[in-house]
Order: sequence, then structure tokens, then C-alpha cells
Amino acid sequence: MNKKIASIADAVADIPDGATIMIGGFGGSGNPIELIHAMIDRFRETGSPKDLTLINNNAGNGRIGIAAMIDIGMARKIICSFPRSSDPRAFTEKYQAGEIELELVPQGTLAERIRAGGAGIPAFYTPTSYGTELAEGKPTATFDGKNYVQERWLKADFALIKAEVGDSYGNLTYRLAARNFSPLMCMAADRTIVQVSSFVEPGGIDPETVVTPGIFVDALVEVQKPQQEEVLIRAGESYV
Amino acid sequence: MTDGLNNAQIAWRAAQDIEDGAYVNLGIGFPEMVASYEVEGRHVTYHTENGVLGFGPAPEPGEEDWDMINAGKKAITLKPGASFFHHADSFAMVRGGHLDVAILGAYQVAQNGDLANWRAGSRAVPAVGGAMDLVHGAKRLAVITTHCTKDGKPKLVEECTFPLTGLGCVTRVYTSHALVDIEDGRFLLREKLPDISLDDLQAMTGAKLHIDGDVAGLNAPVLDHA
Repeated sequence: MNKKIASIADAVADIPDGATIMIGGFGGSGNPIELIHAMIDRFRETGSPKDLTLINNNAGNGRIGIAAMIDIGMARKIICSFPRSSDPRAFTEKYQAGEIELELVPQGTLAERIRAGGAGIPAFYTPTSYGTELAEGKPTATFDGKNYVQERWLKADFALIKAEVGDSYGNLTYRLAARNFSPLMCMAADRTIVQVSSFVEPGGIDPETVVTPGIFVDALVEVQKPQQEEVLIRAGESYV
Repeated sequence: MTDGLNNAQIAWRAAQDIEDGAYVNLGIGFPEMVASYEVEGRHVTYHTENGVLGFGPAPEPGEEDWDMINAGKKAITLKPGASFFHHADSFAMVRGGHLDVAILGAYQVAQNGDLANWRAGSRAVPAVGGAMDLVHGAKRLAVITTHCTKDGKPKLVEECTFPLTGLGCVTRVYTSHALVDIEDGRFLLREKLPDISLDDLQAMTGAKLHIDGDVAGLNAPVLDHA
């Protein structure tokens, strides 16, 4: 078994139009910028993939990464908790023009829906959003005198993930606070594609330190010294 | 009429009530200031939603590592004994009742403890983040706020008119003019500025201030409004 893929272009080559894609990261921390830009490169050459549904905590920032995908028209819907950023132009313009759909989900509910998707739990109850406009139309129930909202699992066709070290079986570690949504998204997608800063042979990661076990990972590509979204934005970079 | 405490002084007052050993989440923006006034001799562990326990102040400019940020996407440092975890664990700490205190800002707080703090108008792109999660689970949910809006409207009200973040969730409010607890669907005045009369304070408040026992003086040291 070897889940390693030779090139980043190959890693995203089979993502079709209309796919639902989870993208790891919280703001720039953990954002798989090279995988996203590889999708943009493919879209420029072939016109695909498009009509995508993106799942991320945010809706992009500046003129790179997720924001660039939205700006050039690859996404038809985004599921996120906080579609604002230091430079939210790309999403804001599409949203106000009615060219992109927004499903706004409280952050903890978003995380738990993804976890539930990966854990085979189709629905769960949470106190979050009870009595607010974000709970409108959702079933509710009372347990031990407290009110809860029913939320559904969230799954995806693909997950695009940035990790620190990965082995050929797909075992992963993450860097600092960059893990955020990624271990959950690895579990919840049909096909999980990971860019790792460092690739090692099996046994190269101490089993005690594995954060995502390889069973949740389908493909890895090595991207040494990866770019960091926040650093690119502060440098004024654009991929539009 | 007095302007009351500045934001630094409101944050200082809230920090005095954080006990030794507490796990605390501070909302983005103004509430983050509470960490600056940690009481000496008490150990407080700060939680941030994106997955860190035990973070410290911002690093020196140029020393930032943008993989290590807080929920406001600002660079942070770590204190000894810090830990990282994924988002589902992070919100399990919130919803599961493991945090001792959460301190948040507010547009409005109602006398029954309803909180509105996520959306002020209908035109802007809606963004909720962790606001609706944070109001559930902490053993104490405190709000820090000016007593009135910039144009003089009360922020403590009978019923919120802005979209709600959570129902019946706030337990204490620290304002520029008063410290108010919420119990049994009413505001209970615990402290007020020494130089404001009860009538004047009531006139600035959108719902009845009840008194049950002594009302202490609300005092804070002179602090620069950072």
C-alpha cells in the first residue's frame, strides 16, 4: 500500500464538476493553498472543476486560495460559519450579486456535523442556535428540561487537507493550531487528499503522536515548505 | 452625567471575578482585554475556539507564526502547559460544560438573560462564527459592555430587538456604570458607580433594575483606555 501521489496536479485531477469539497483550515492556519491553487490551474486549462460546494470555516480572504476560487466562478455554494475576513471582497461581491449561495452554520455545529458525518451518525441534538433565526425550520426536542435543535451530518465527496508529516499509509500529524477542522474533514469525505510538508515511510511517525490515522486518508502529495495563506495575503499576493 | 468606566476598567472589573484555576473563553475584540488584568497569584487558562488551551499574549511584531492564532485570527504565544486539539474537541469543551467562564460582548442583553451579539443589521453578509456555541455550556456567561450605545440607547433591555444569539444564557453583566446579575428573569443591581444616583442609572437602563440586598460601589483603578 502506498497512498503517495507524484504530483499536486494529479492529486486534484479527478475532482468533477458539482463536487462537494471540504477544505481544512481556520483562516490561513491549516489552509491547503497548493491543493487549492492546483484546482484553479486545472479550471483555467480545462474549465473544470466548477459548480462546487465548498465547506470551510470561512469564505476566503484576499485574492488567493478559496477567495480566488470564488472570484473566478468555480463555486456555486459555500457552507461556513464566518464569511468575513480582513479582505472579504471576493465572497461579498458574489453574495450580494446573488451568484453564490451561503449556508451559515454556527462554528461548533459545523465541526460536530462534520464529525457526525465521519462517524456515521446522521443527526444529533445541540443547544446551539435554539430560539435563533439559524434554527428556523429545524426539528427541536426537549431533554431533561432543556431545549435542543436537531442538526444533520455533513459529508463531502472530497476533503483537501494540509498536514505536517504523513507516511505512505496516510497517518498524519499537524502543525501547531493548524489542525482545527482537518482531522474531522479527513473522516467525512469519500476521498481525502492531503498535502504534507514532509513525507516519511511507515514507522517514521511515532504511533503515540499520530493525530489522523491512515484509514481516513486516501491520497498524499508532498509539498515541501508550503505557502501560508496569511503570509501571502500580507504580502499582497494574488492568484486571480 | 458621568461617562463611567472606560473599556479597560470594565475589563479589569470582570477579571477580578475570575477565580484561580478557571478555564476561560474571551470573545473576540473587547473581551480579549480581560486577559490583560489577570489577578496576580491566580492561574487562568484561556481557551480559543480554533483549538488551543493555555495561550498567552501576542508575540512581538515580526515573531508571528500564522499557524498559531486565536479565534480572532490574531497571532498568539503559548504558555507552558498549553495544548492543541481539533475543532470538535474544542466545542465539546464549550457545549459540554467544561469552561468555567465565558465573557462576551453584546449589542443587547435582556432581563431574562437573552443575548443579541452576532448581527446588528440585515444588509451585511451574515457571519456567526462561534457566538451561538459559546453562549451554551460555560458555567458562567458574563457580558462586558458600555451601559448604553454610542447614541445613548440602553443595551440592557426588557426584550432584545436585534437577532438573538442565545436564550436565557447571560448570568452577569459588567457595564461602564453598573454590575448587574440576571436571576429569575430580572436584572439585580449588585454594584453601581458611587457618583450616580439610582434614578439616573435607571433612566439609562431599558428594564427595571431590582435591588436585593446591598448595592456596592463599582470601582476600578485608573487605567488607560487601550
